[in-house]
Amino acid sequence: MSTILETRGLTHVYGAGTPFERTALDHVDLKIQKGEILGVIGHTGSGKSTLIQHLNGLLKPTAGEVLLDGQSIWNEKGKCARETRFRVGLVFQYPEYQLFEETIAKDIAFGPTNMGLPQAEIDERVLESMRAVGLDENMANQSPFALSGGQKRRVAIAGVIAMRPDVLVLDEPTAGLDPAGRDEILGLVKRYHDQSGATVLIVSHSMEDIARLADRLLVMNQAKVLFCDTPREVFSHANQIIAAGLDIPMITKVMLELKKRGHDVDTSVFTVEQALDVLRACKQKGGMR
Amino acid sequence: MLKDITIGQFFPGDSAVHRLDPRVKIVLTVAFIVLLFLANGPISYAIILAFLGIIIGISRISPKLVVRGLKPVLFIVMFTAVLNLFYTPGEYIWQWGFLHISREGIRTAVFMVIRLMLLIIATSMLTYTTSPIQLTDGLERLLSPLKKLHAPVHELSMMMSIALRFIPTLIEETEKIISAQKARGADFESGNLIQRARAMIPILVPLFISAFRRADELATAMECRLYRGDVGRTRMKQLKIGRVDICAVVIFALVTAAVVLLGRYGL
Repeated sequence: MSTILETRGLTHVYGAGTPFERTALDHVDLKIQKGEILGVIGHTGSGKSTLIQHLNGLLKPTAGEVLLDGQSIWNEKGKCARETRFRVGLVFQYPEYQLFEETIAKDIAFGPTNMGLPQAEIDERVLESMRAVGLDENMANQSPFALSGGQKRRVAIAGVIAMRPDVLVLDEPTAGLDPAGRDEILGLVKRYHDQSGATVLIVSHSMEDIARLADRLLVMNQAKVLFCDTPREVFSHANQIIAAGLDIPMITKVMLELKKRGHDVDTSVFTVEQALDVLRACKQKGGMR
Repeated sequence: MLKDITIGQFFPGDSAVHRLDPRVKIVLTVAFIVLLFLANGPISYAIILAFLGIIIGISRISPKLVVRGLKPVLFIVMFTAVLNLFYTPGEYIWQWGFLHISREGIRTAVFMVIRLMLLIIATSMLTYTTSPIQLTDGLERLLSPLKKLHAPVHELSMMMSIALRFIPTLIEETEKIISAQKARGADFESGNLIQRARAMIPILVPLFISAFRRADELATAMECRLYRGDVGRTRMKQLKIGRVDICAVVIFALVTAAVVLLGRYGL
């Protein structure tokens, strides 16, 4: 697999030279593979949001660089091409608060219009992205403000998908949603990924959700990368994750507890299905009563 | 960029200046402004300057910050100075066409600059050292005699504290919305005036909607806690005049007396 986005020694300091100085990112080296789903987790203030705002050039690094397809997104003049924003689509936390147009279709068209695409192409992309987030086509001319919270959020996500970004970055897309809404949003992200082949970064607090979805996990702690590996590998370091103030999936906790009581089980599992397999194998060996 | 606004900002602390009763601080600030216009000699201004310097020292607010607060009003100060310089009649020492500078003009211009600077510093010291809540509390108590005339003093001060409370929140919100629209390729920097004004719509609409939403939520929350205006409302923190306040008033009275006395001799 090839690398699409890379950070080298990425450092960001807020309020440099004032009493409020704070290092939000400290020499972050990261390689994001083309087509993967990368889950980003970390405690509040660990630098997740700062990191993702560097990926499309919204924030300028204090030191280090961000490479998109091997090229720095900041040119020698210290400018970031607008192109980068279209190639790395960023969906902010609570994106429904950024809606402003009279109709859903117009709001989704904001990004493609800024790209300077012809009208026919814009219309096509609007419909396509409405479908991608599971919105009915005949809602196109409704006001986005009449929708429910979960539907508004889908409109906002569609607004970014319509730019057909190579990398889709979602900051806490499930924050404040009920369990059903959460599953729907995660489902559509997964479906979008499978259909379009785009690279997806998803920031979340919920270990369970993200562990199931992501190919790899990036664990941030105190402005640094703690782990960047497959979920199985990451959760095998359960103690370090807990020390970083993060939770581990419930089922991993169960396994750890079983191990503590003297059963020889694999503690790196993170879904119930995996746990079942492990427990069955264990039973056959006669390790369990 | 929006975070650079320091006017009306509060810097928490525990100095004697911070602990002063807000009513005393407000009254003394107003009296200080009057004093500035009573003074009309270099020695008087030196005394006032020293007095203000000591207050800044006691408050432990960095002098750099105080000076930085002057920047936005620098233009007005310079403008006033130029007007005074050219339009004060008196003994002309320089003339060119209709422009002339008099000895009195120079004197007035210099004093005007000093006055305005000190005035701005003094008033910003009030907001730097007094939390918005205390400030509106003090104002409400000071204006409470107007309640007899059925003026809605409590409601006005409540409105003021809510407005002050939400300035940082809305600034933060604006920055978030700007970032979100930029992420969708919004361009705020190029184009002519009309295009730039149009580019503000994607920021203003969400901002207004969120301001209204917040207002609605706050109103509900206040009603849930049975807020019904001023009727029968008591306070958790009673304002009390303490020793620090009496000290402050006495010191200020002495400074005033000195300035008035010196003013008689034009010093």
